Amino acid sequence: MISITHYLFLSTALLTIGVVGVLTRRNMVIILMSVELILNAVNINLVAFSHYWGGVHGQVFAIFIIADAAAEVAVGLGLLIALFRNKEVVNADQVDLLKW
Amino acid sequence: MNFLEYIWLIPMYPLTGAVLMLLFGRKLEHGHKNSVVSAICPGMVGIAFLHAVGAVIQLTSTPNHVFEKVMYVWVAGLPFHTSAGTLVRFQADFGYLLDPLSAVMVLVVTGVGFLIHVYSIGYMGHEGGFYRFFGYLNLFMFNMLTLVLANNYVLLFVGWEGVGLCSYLLIGFYFHKKSASDAGKKAFVVNRIGDAAFILGMFYIFATFGTVNFQHVTEAAREGGIVAPFFLMTLLLFIGATGKSAQIPLYVWLPDAMEGPTPVSALIHAATMVTAGVYMVARSNALFQLAPTTMNIVAAIGAATAIFAASIGLVQNDIKRVLAYSTVSQLGYMFLACGVGAFWVGIFHVQTHAFFKALLFLGSGSVIHAMSGEQDMRKMGALRSKIPWTFGTMAVGWIAISGIPPLAGFWSKDEILWQTYSSPLGSKLLYGIGLLTAGMTAFYMSRLMFMTFFGKSRVSHEAEHHLHESPMVMVGPLAALAVLSAVGGLWFKQLEQWLEPVFEPVKGIVHNEATASGQIEYILMGVSIGVAAAGIALAYHFFVAKPETADNLEASLKPIHTLLLNKYYVDEVYSAVFVDGPVMGKQLGSALSKFDAVVVDGGVNGAGWVTRGTSTLSMLWDSWVIDGAVRALGFFTKVLSFPMRMIQTGFVQNYALVIVLGVIVLGYYFIR
Amino acid sequence: MLDQIFFYLFATVILASAILCVTARNAVHSAIFLIGTLLGVAGLYLLLTAEFLAGVQVILYVGGIMVLFLFVIMLVNIDQSLRENIFSHQWRVGMGAVVLLAAELGWFVTKGGVSMPARTPDTTSQLGNVQQVGDVIFQSYLLPFEIASILLLVAMVGAVVLAKKRI
Repeated sequence: MISITHYLFLSTALLTIGVVGVLTRRNMVIILMSVELILNAVNINLVAFSHYWGGVHGQVFAIFIIADAAAEVAVGLGLLIALFRNKEVVNADQVDLLKW
Repeated sequence: MNFLEYIWLIPMYPLTGAVLMLLFGRKLEHGHKNSVVSAICPGMVGIAFLHAVGAVIQLTSTPNHVFEKVMYVWVAGLPFHTSAGTLVRFQADFGYLLDPLSAVMVLVVTGVGFLIHVYSIGYMGHEGGFYRFFGYLNLFMFNMLTLVLANNYVLLFVGWEGVGLCSYLLIGFYFHKKSASDAGKKAFVVNRIGDAAFILGMFYIFATFGTVNFQHVTEAAREGGIVAPFFLMTLLLFIGATGKSAQIPLYVWLPDAMEGPTPVSALIHAATMVTAGVYMVARSNALFQLAPTTMNIVAAIGAATAIFAASIGLVQNDIKRVLAYSTVSQLGYMFLACGVGAFWVGIFHVQTHAFFKALLFLGSGSVIHAMSGEQDMRKMGALRSKIPWTFGTMAVGWIAISGIPPLAGFWSKDEILWQTYSSPLGSKLLYGIGLLTAGMTAFYMSRLMFMTFFGKSRVSHEAEHHLHESPMVMVGPLAALAVLSAVGGLWFKQLEQWLEPVFEPVKGIVHNEATASGQIEYILMGVSIGVAAAGIALAYHFFVAKPETADNLEASLKPIHTLLLNKYYVDEVYSAVFVDGPVMGKQLGSALSKFDAVVVDGGVNGAGWVTRGTSTLSMLWDSWVIDGAVRALGFFTKVLSFPMRMIQTGFVQNYALVIVLGVIVLGYYFIR
Repeated sequence: MLDQIFFYLFATVILASAILCVTARNAVHSAIFLIGTLLGVAGLYLLLTAEFLAGVQVILYVGGIMVLFLFVIMLVNIDQSLRENIFSHQWRVGMGAVVLLAAELGWFVTKGGVSMPARTPDTTSQLGNVQQVGDVIFQSYLLPFEIASILLLVAMVGAVVLAKKRI
């Protein structure tokens, strides 16, 4: 039987993979894609709980998250493009101005 | 104008003159404006004289003939207990007292001073330093007037010291001459010894009475009933007087003081400064009356000084030296009078002596001026036809000092002799000494006159060409003083009455009236006149009639003559004991000065050094410890911030890592 | 039985694609693998009887967001050399932190999983999933819905402004 813990473990694994991507990759586009992975992990979690406990509230929450992710990606990629115009690179370690 | 209210102006007039000379004298000298100096300085003294006259006239209409005015409280101290146990505060005012005694003194000082100032215009006219002379002279007048007008011992002492200073300045006026500057130093140093005693006496007065004000001290002493060391107190005061008034043992400066210009000798060392001691003793008469032993000492020293100085004066050849020893001798008379209780007679003799001694000095100055600077009487002679005015006025002074009536000197000297004979404090011995001295006085003064103006001329040829009578500006004061010497003794009765309230007897001391009858008084009067006449006749015999007899006597009494000529070798003895001597001399002085330089100054310097040291320590503490604490704070902040700074890398993935770590920690914390 | 097979299938797809996505050198490859992950997730939603969400996932995520990603990759991507480092300098620390995180989360799940109830299929409702979701959104969560729309508007404007050459 597939219990909720299976889904939870899956969600956890996806989350860790996403965090690996955020912390480790240099290319900023891929970092953003890893953030999407994290969001999807959360969504799986929510939907699994919604399924096992009845009610669609989890799914509604997941819909909102997807909408939110869309907005965030749009803005994030816009920032990326603006950054690329100024610096010609999209590597995260070459943009270290967020200090001091 | 209320002269009394403005009494403080009297000393201020000559002070103004002195200050003006100090400020502008040099310029005036360069501009050859001696006339301005001549107008200012004697003018100031003249104004002071007029003011003094006005004040004294107004004084006669005040009750008790006493006027005291305190300008301001000069020194005020903390309270303490006197020897009698009362609580007092030391207070010395800047205050003036005009009573009969100080009235006499102020009139004499300003009057004779004014005449001498006028004389000096002529005498010092050809000298350099005209303005300096008059500046010092005015400064002297200021100090002397402060002395006689003071209302307390401390202010009197200020004037006392000031006249000592001016004496030094004026004796050493020709400071290029070593003998003059040495004489000035000698005068100052010897004076100082007396001043030390005077100060100690003042301390005694304050410790006993709790005040130094003349009025209060006199009243308290007259009340009686005070137990105090009056002997020591008055002895110390008298020692101070001997210093200033040239008595034994502190007279040695006065003959040397003749190095100064003749007007200085006339003013300071005849008429005014040397009488300050007598004035001080007269002012303290209440205290002296309470110490009969001191009175005896005063009379004895006065008499001894009188005969001692007269004996030296017999054989001196310098005209000014004779007059100097004569002054010392006459001062001895004044102290003799005070010592036998006749204080008013002492003051009377001060006044008459001022007239004829100033006259004699100024006259001798005129002689010296005519002789182009020659002072040795052996090189003078038969001058009376050449300088008739000088001769005439000096003759008046000569008769006066010899004690021939009705001139001034007779009245005062005779009164002194009478008081010495008859007063319970006097004695026949003292009378005898005084009488003998009177004879000697007549003798040596006549010798002076005969050697200078009579006989054959021994004047050198160069001097003879320049012999001329002095100008009017010099002869005028001579004439004025001659008139005063002639009539200045006739008011003795009024003077005695005028001075009576000052010299009231003190309660508790038994005062016997003069024990001799009036008849004896007239007999003694005749005796003194006879002695004076004998002295003059003897001198005439020796120096006019038969001059050889003088030389024969001198040859036969050679040792005595040498002793007298060399002033009994007193100066040499003093020099050997006190200057070069093993204990009291230079070694002591240099040891004391080393002590002062090393210990006392060392103490003061040490205090300064300690202050510097502590302030350096303080600075070190401040800059190292306190600033160090502050800087340490900054240092630690820097040190701590260094690793903290490294956290902010600007590298966003680092921030993300930190977020993840935070999530781990918080998650563990909340969900464990 | 069947759901087990499908679960493990979808799980494998998801995890493999995710790992490949994170470790791909080429960004386009990474995007393609992400698409695979998203499709796997969509399938998982179908297993969890969230049909509407599965549809939304495919349309929105894959059809919208990934297309956007691909456009941006094409815009910004430059030639990547083979020797260039694709991992940042902190990858060791990052891996360590992630391991820690994974351990912690796994521990949470195992600890909490005991108290989870068994599956109780929801058969009480006659309505389809879409209708259920629509009911809840437009009744209970109306305000968040409106706010989400404003959010999307703001994001759109912001993206346009950010990406313009000259403002």
